Amino acid sequence: MSRLMSEEGIRIDGRRWDELRPVRIEVGVLKNADGSSYIEFGKNKIVVAVYGPKEVHPKHMALPDRSVLRCRYHMLPFSVEERKNPAPSRREIEISKITREALEPALILEDYPRTVIDVFIEVLQSDGGSRCAGITAASVALADAGVNMRDLVAACAAGKVGGRIVVDINDEEDKMGEADMPVAYLPNLKQVSLLQLDGKLTADEYRECLNLAINGCMQVYSMQREALMKKYFSTVNKGGGDEGGSVEE
Amino acid sequence: MIAKRYVLPGDLIVEGNPHLKPLANVMKVGDRLHSTRIGIVEISQNGVKVIPLSGIYIPRIGDLVIGKIIDYSALAWEVDINSCFLGHLPAQDVFGKEFSPSRDDLTKRFNIGDVIACRILNFDRTRDPLLTVADKDLGKISEGEMVKISPTKVPRLIGKRGSMIQMIEQLTRCRIVVGQNGVLVVTGANKDMREVAVKAIKMVEEGAHTANLTERVKEMLQGVQVGR
Repeated sequence: MSRLMSEEGIRIDGRRWDELRPVRIEVGVLKNADGSSYIEFGKNKIVVAVYGPKEVHPKHMALPDRSVLRCRYHMLPFSVEERKNPAPSRREIEISKITREALEPALILEDYPRTVIDVFIEVLQSDGGSRCAGITAASVALADAGVNMRDLVAACAAGKVGGRIVVDINDEEDKMGEADMPVAYLPNLKQVSLLQLDGKLTADEYRECLNLAINGCMQVYSMQREALMKKYFSTVNKGGGDEGGSVEE
Repeated sequence: MIAKRYVLPGDLIVEGNPHLKPLANVMKVGDRLHSTRIGIVEISQNGVKVIPLSGIYIPRIGDLVIGKIIDYSALAWEVDINSCFLGHLPAQDVFGKEFSPSRDDLTKRFNIGDVIACRILNFDRTRDPLLTVADKDLGKISEGEMVKISPTKVPRLIGKRGSMIQMIEQLTRCRIVVGQNGVLVVTGANKDMREVAVKAIKMVEEGAHTANLTERVKEMLQGVQVGR
């Protein structure tokens, strides 16, 4: 396991145990969607589009007391090294489901009875931790769409690599490491809305891993905030005459 | 002036003040008030509310909306009111109490594709919004330029006691019908002035939360008039 973790505690991509990969989030990248976002999380590149709340078709799917949340996580054929069949795989169906379940507690679906909210997560390029990046971006896109939310959802993984608990597992660490634990977290309400674990951890390691993942979620949350603030409030209070008002003919 | 507070969904607004009630887009968790939308906080004596900066139109009783007829049955029209709910305009509202499905032809009054100004007569969670055209200034809109803006920006476009919209109307000599659902119709004799009015509306939409907006829109409109 020395390949994944050096003697000095440096990981395969040069990070320390508590370091996240570089994250960049952009809001409102798609004009035709009601809300959208783009995230780069390490080598992950993901676009999320939100449509709705809107009428439900087919109508029998509508719920009389709340909105229906539909999520689709999809990897584009060129998102991985060998072409991926674009049909939804077992893995994508699972991730679509857990994404929906991670987002549902954050949304006030009761405010929109008889409607549907569609969330499309398209992975353009994949690395480890794309489900977390997808959930993070989806929550930003939902806020951009103006859906009533109890909180944003930030997601980040932690795991065990080379015998150490580390945050934000990348692709190689996921494949060769000992454990991977994706966590989605509502930062203000302090609730966990997704917790999966692939691998083996002792009870102490489990606790440490969960705390580290939540810590990572809080860092991701601050980046979500920054992206939304930039989109909505960066032009605030600039005052008049700043758009070429002084140009004379 | 108190500094404006910008919030995101989940942000804590006030903690431990039992006198403040949660109003629009605010939720209560224990003794804490949190925002549920991206927006600007407004605290008054009645309570706390958040003015949202994004989102779709949710009908409210009494709202004036502009909609498009998309379908009709023997008894009613279905109207697209730019919301997640379809508007329902019963034929009796137009033809009166004596309406008879066998005698009266709905297409004689409104056809598919017609644009109408209407008011929300009734709406609750269980039923689609009920519309009416039985009031002055309501009914079919036969001409004008249709503009769509984000429904959350409509209050800013209208301004305090209609100041913004009145200014645009006066300076462009156009008439603007503002639907609360974010659909507007601009009418006026002069095509260029209609375009200027549309430009001003878009300017308000883009800068809805910025300071001195009225001044800047006024400058732009007066600049156009001087250039003429």
